[in-house]
Amino acid sequence: MDRSKISTPTLRCFVETGPDHLCILPSEVDMSSPLMYGTPSSRVEGTPRSGVGGTPARQRPDLGSIRKAPQVDLHSEPPSADGAVASEQALGQKLVIWGTDVNVGTCKEKFQRFLQRFIDPTSNEDENAGLDLNEPLYMQKLEEISVVGEPVLNVNCSHVQSFDADLYRQLISYPQEVIPTFDMAVNELFFERFPDSILEHQIQVRPYNALKTRNMRSLNPEDIDQMITISGMVIRTSQLIPEMQEAFFQCQVCAFSTCVEVDRGRIAEPAVCRNCNTTHSLALIHNRSAFSDKQMIKVQESPDDMPAGQTPHTTIVYAHNDLVDKVQPGDRINITGIYRAVPMRENPRQSNVKSVYKTHIDVIHFRKTDEKRLHGLDEDSDQKLFTEERVQILKELASKPDVYDRLSSALAPSIYEHEDIKKGILLQLFGGTRKDFSQTGRGNFRAEVNILLCGDPGTSKSQLLQYVFNLVPRGQYTSGKGSSAVGLTAYVMKDPETKQLVLQTGALVLSDNGICCIDEFDKMSDSTRSVLHEVMEQQTLSIAKAGIICQLNARTSVLAAANPVESQWNPKKTTIENIQLPHTLLSRFDLIFLMLDPQDEAYDRRLAHHLVALYYQSEEQIEEEFLDMAVLKDYIAYARTYINPRLNEEASQALIEAYVDMRKIGSGRGMVSAYPRQLESLIRLAEAHAKVRFSDKVETIDVEEAKRLHREALKQSATDPRTGFVDISIITTGMSATARKRKEEVAQALKKMIQSKGKTPAMKYQQLFDDLRGQSEAAITKDMFEEALRALADEDYLTVTGKTVRLL
Amino acid sequence: MPSSHDWINKPLGVVEAMFAQSNSNPEWEAKVLEYFKGQLREKESHSWVPSLNDVPLHYLKPNSLVKFRCLVQDMFDPEFYMGVYETVDPSTKANVLRCGKYKDVTECGVDLNSRNTVTAERQTFYCVPIPGESPWAKESYGCSSQARVVPSTSYVPSRQKRSYEEDDDDMDTQPQKQREPHTEPHGNGDSKRQETEAPSSQTTAPSDCSSHLDLNFPLPGERGPACLVKVYEGLDSFKLNDTLEIYGILSVNPVLTVLGEEKDPSLLLLNPTESMETPEEQRAHDPPASLVPRLHMLYARPLQHNNPLLPSAPTEDQSAFVSSFLVEMASVRAELLAYLTHVLLGDGLAAEYLLLHLISNVYTRRDVLPLGKFTLNLSGCPLNSYTERLYQIVQQLVPCSYRLSMSLHTMNSMRLVPKKDYVANRLVSGALQLARNTSLFLDETQLEQGQLDSSGVRNITALGNLISWQKVDYDFSYHQMEFPCNINVLVTSEGRSLLPSDCQVPLQPQVTPPNMEEYLTTIHMAQFTSQINKFRVYLSLARTLDYSISDEVTKAVEDDFVDMRKDDPQSVTAEDLHRMLVVARLLSLSLGQTTLSRDGWMRAKHIDMLRRSRTEQQKSLNGNEP
Repeated sequence: MDRSKISTPTLRCFVETGPDHLCILPSEVDMSSPLMYGTPSSRVEGTPRSGVGGTPARQRPDLGSIRKAPQVDLHSEPPSADGAVASEQALGQKLVIWGTDVNVGTCKEKFQRFLQRFIDPTSNEDENAGLDLNEPLYMQKLEEISVVGEPVLNVNCSHVQSFDADLYRQLISYPQEVIPTFDMAVNELFFERFPDSILEHQIQVRPYNALKTRNMRSLNPEDIDQMITISGMVIRTSQLIPEMQEAFFQCQVCAFSTCVEVDRGRIAEPAVCRNCNTTHSLALIHNRSAFSDKQMIKVQESPDDMPAGQTPHTTIVYAHNDLVDKVQPGDRINITGIYRAVPMRENPRQSNVKSVYKTHIDVIHFRKTDEKRLHGLDEDSDQKLFTEERVQILKELASKPDVYDRLSSALAPSIYEHEDIKKGILLQLFGGTRKDFSQTGRGNFRAEVNILLCGDPGTSKSQLLQYVFNLVPRGQYTSGKGSSAVGLTAYVMKDPETKQLVLQTGALVLSDNGICCIDEFDKMSDSTRSVLHEVMEQQTLSIAKAGIICQLNARTSVLAAANPVESQWNPKKTTIENIQLPHTLLSRFDLIFLMLDPQDEAYDRRLAHHLVALYYQSEEQIEEEFLDMAVLKDYIAYARTYINPRLNEEASQALIEAYVDMRKIGSGRGMVSAYPRQLESLIRLAEAHAKVRFSDKVETIDVEEAKRLHREALKQSATDPRTGFVDISIITTGMSATARKRKEEVAQALKKMIQSKGKTPAMKYQQLFDDLRGQSEAAITKDMFEEALRALADEDYLTVTGKTVRLL
Repeated sequence: MPSSHDWINKPLGVVEAMFAQSNSNPEWEAKVLEYFKGQLREKESHSWVPSLNDVPLHYLKPNSLVKFRCLVQDMFDPEFYMGVYETVDPSTKANVLRCGKYKDVTECGVDLNSRNTVTAERQTFYCVPIPGESPWAKESYGCSSQARVVPSTSYVPSRQKRSYEEDDDDMDTQPQKQREPHTEPHGNGDSKRQETEAPSSQTTAPSDCSSHLDLNFPLPGERGPACLVKVYEGLDSFKLNDTLEIYGILSVNPVLTVLGEEKDPSLLLLNPTESMETPEEQRAHDPPASLVPRLHMLYARPLQHNNPLLPSAPTEDQSAFVSSFLVEMASVRAELLAYLTHVLLGDGLAAEYLLLHLISNVYTRRDVLPLGKFTLNLSGCPLNSYTERLYQIVQQLVPCSYRLSMSLHTMNSMRLVPKKDYVANRLVSGALQLARNTSLFLDETQLEQGQLDSSGVRNITALGNLISWQKVDYDFSYHQMEFPCNINVLVTSEGRSLLPSDCQVPLQPQVTPPNMEEYLTTIHMAQFTSQINKFRVYLSLARTLDYSISDEVTKAVEDDFVDMRKDDPQSVTAEDLHRMLVVARLLSLSLGQTTLSRDGWMRAKHIDMLRRSRTEQQKSLNGNEP
């Protein structure tokens, strides 16, 4: 339902039936400005409508009734001047609107000047895309309005503030008076410039981004009737409420009709008909009354803004006309509006009233903050604002030579040692530089670093995950055991009331731009894990369900923890054998760390010391550490938003060398130890390390560290237990090169043996096995034998049926 | 200045007098708070204030000072009210300035357009009595009160009313109304107590009975008044789930209810603003004042514990009390240990661990790691009502406890995690919304084989999180919010529990009494109240003691750990050291020692060895455990 459905028939009926009552066209009764402009008749005459006069003004219920705000002379006594409103424009210079210091004339002039002159060359808002930043911004927007025909002009308050601080102050303090003046100004300007354009109604100015308030919690009685901007999350929207703006009465005796405006929710029913003087003869005609749309929206504080241990606050917001149904429950939005407090309505039967006010916000402008997450490519729109001092502190920290070690030791101080793992996680928190190759068709390059921790149970893997989850603003924590593919990705739900399909996003999408911590990765079902393939390389999530086909961004880093299959890590087996994860998935992790008990005395002693200290450290020390965590948070946030390092010449050279080296090491023994994916990992890690240093260039030291960390991780996870060499093919194919070679040999030996037996079409399985064992000098297990049979079967040399082996 | 007890009977008079004197100087507000704080600081003065916990609502005079021992269950949105307003006398047309603070309704004839109106902000907390408070604690608090409660005159002659209720009770055969034997504080008769327990069925108009208001208690079967507390000062200092003793002005003005109910449908049409609150929301936020009274807070004291036997405030009194008790600490411990050994069928080791568990406490958090928690899994419990009796004994010892019988049905159907209800705009409570140091008794022996549905899985996950991280993730439907907690979890099970735990002790009964019920009852009966009271004080006190480890002992512990690992690295892991450090801490505290001694460490190591050998035995017996 929208406004036109209710009001259009009414409007038509006016024009047809009542040409003599032109002055009561519903759309023009509530003028949107304190001064009337354009005579009523002129509005209907102009067909096609154009010019200020020709375009109907539209009510602005968001601003409330402003007719009660006459202008007064600044120097005379306010109450007495009430009646003597000077309507002469000439006198306008000295007059202000009652109760404010707003002079309509100057205010209008100032705003027009703002529109004509304001230039913001540094603008990077998505709304301004495609505009020439060196031309007056808002004039271009007006031009856009004339083309598109949507009569709404959004004005960024910070622009107004930088242009004219006094005007900004007036706008914030007296929005109810100032915004109509802005409307007036903008319409005059617009129709002067584009006299022939046709709009549905006059242009409405919608300011946004008022700096006054940011947090719902900080609203206080002083903000009443001021313009504010708050952020929050929509939790409930009401049905559309038709709100009567004007009641239409008709005399039952003489059919004389009259209109009464609704004043603060009440209608003063005329007792006497003006035409025939009959008393109580007027009846309300519903379908000729004018209504406007209204919707109640409940907004809850966003979880990031809340102090710990308290529940979130909610605020009621009213949306009017075309803002109705603009937001859905679950949306995160910034609301600009006027804060209102209304005393509880007096009950005529009661002498005393409840001394509580009802508060709400009349919304002027909505801005979804998570819209971009689904569509755009920009960094977080809700950028954290850093104060000068904070930036200074962070830069100071960054200039220290040991900043990398400092930060990594500040990470999860309660977890002992595992320095390299902490460093890896630190680099993961910073992430690489996002590169866009979508023009050339390759799409985005992954900038996120994925890490897998595996190791013995009880080596504080979960604790590390919990810590990271608590550290990053958009972290999600799931356990492999408890999550399904649906819970990780997204699912489509049918709203039981509206029968509307709603897309509910899961952990991976929710942690877009954040980190998704997955505990008990090994316990995850295969189908769930398969979802991760796309996410971990393409960073998107495709959904085709119940008629909804879409691709969601899931630019999330994955930090996973897995336990070995045999509950204890078996050092005689490879990583793959120990965790039994598909190697296609494993190769998508940049770093795979083993968390094992090192079992040496010095380590034990340090560990014991660390743990004991944990149990008796004083409050102050804990306090200090807590500070560290806040600094660390800001440091990461700052680096992620502002630092975008690029490779310099030397670094690229170093990377190339590193890659060639990695491949060389392998080729000497007939195995390949590096793949392009590993090169990409190296680049990402080097970039992240440069971010840690707040450096815009990736230099050789970054590459060195990336190499070192990569090697460390490899050494731990990709060491072939049989040879002791690093072998990347364990990760990429799930089998080490030596193992593969061995398998080949067994198969060949078996083939030879069968061939030597001559033409025997069928053989006993057990006998063949015994023969092979007898022939071979190395011990051959049943597994190996079976593998060899399978290999030969693949060659179409033989088939195995039950206990017999048949040659083909 | 007001005379003797006017500050209790007519606190609003005091407030208004101060307001009148102030000449709208805003400092008067601070003065009011200072005055009441000063009055309450006087010796014993707080015991003169009647408590909502043990006096039925209709015995309390409206607008008098009362106290309320409670848990902050929900925090509503802040509201703006008329802090100062002007009234116009219709006959004389004279304007009078009035104070709206600490009141729900204004005087007649408010001039809404007055320029002198001052809008101020306050917040409403929904408070419930401390969930799971043991009967003995309730009773003992009631006894210590010296408030002289005279039935309020606004009610119909109370004598008549009471006899009517007694009749009513006789007809009423609800099994929940079991009366525990207890001493009456001051001859108000039995009926009084019952009224406290179930005010909803008796003090309200019939219309309310039919609608059956959900008072949103965290635990099922709880009773007692819930209260809407209006908070004026220090809003940020309060947190959800805080336990507080609130002193405030009681407001039960019936207008509050009427305003909510009288809805003229025709008015609604024209003013939809009024209808914005759903009926559910209205019920939750403006329940009838006769059921959920309003309390305008003057002073609130955070409760460190709710043990009535201990001095409540950390004053000199308390430190004197502590030092005097420390002397007999060791002997009380020995007695308690003997008692628990009997209860645990002669198993001394299990008794030792149970004792340590009962005094455990999360004393700090290191990033995500809660320190000091000691979840005990008592496995091998005999079936049939043994666990139930065990719980009753634990309940007798601690001030706050709850037994969650983990049957398949309860796990699937019960709401453990609080959830935000956006329709009613309130936090619907769950069984895990508990006050600090509550003993949560999870009875896994009740669990049978079967299918857990999704809510069951969620509940089990929530319990697991609670045990591992001492936090509960409240469900805000669009996101979850983490609330740290401090709950002592005791799991009784047959085999090893499916929930994680810090330490598992298989119970090895030394005696097998033919009739368990009888056996436990005799043990229980054999204890004198004074003895039990000593135990109660002991358990509450031991957990409040400070604790430290000297450098020397640190060194010794380190050496020990290195040695143990040298022999067999698999035998002792970091996790074991974690646990042994906690055990050592609790052992020392249980003996009243505030530093770890070498002996203490050796003892801790020793009992942990005993315990481990026991679990190993169990493993080899079962054979199939990994």
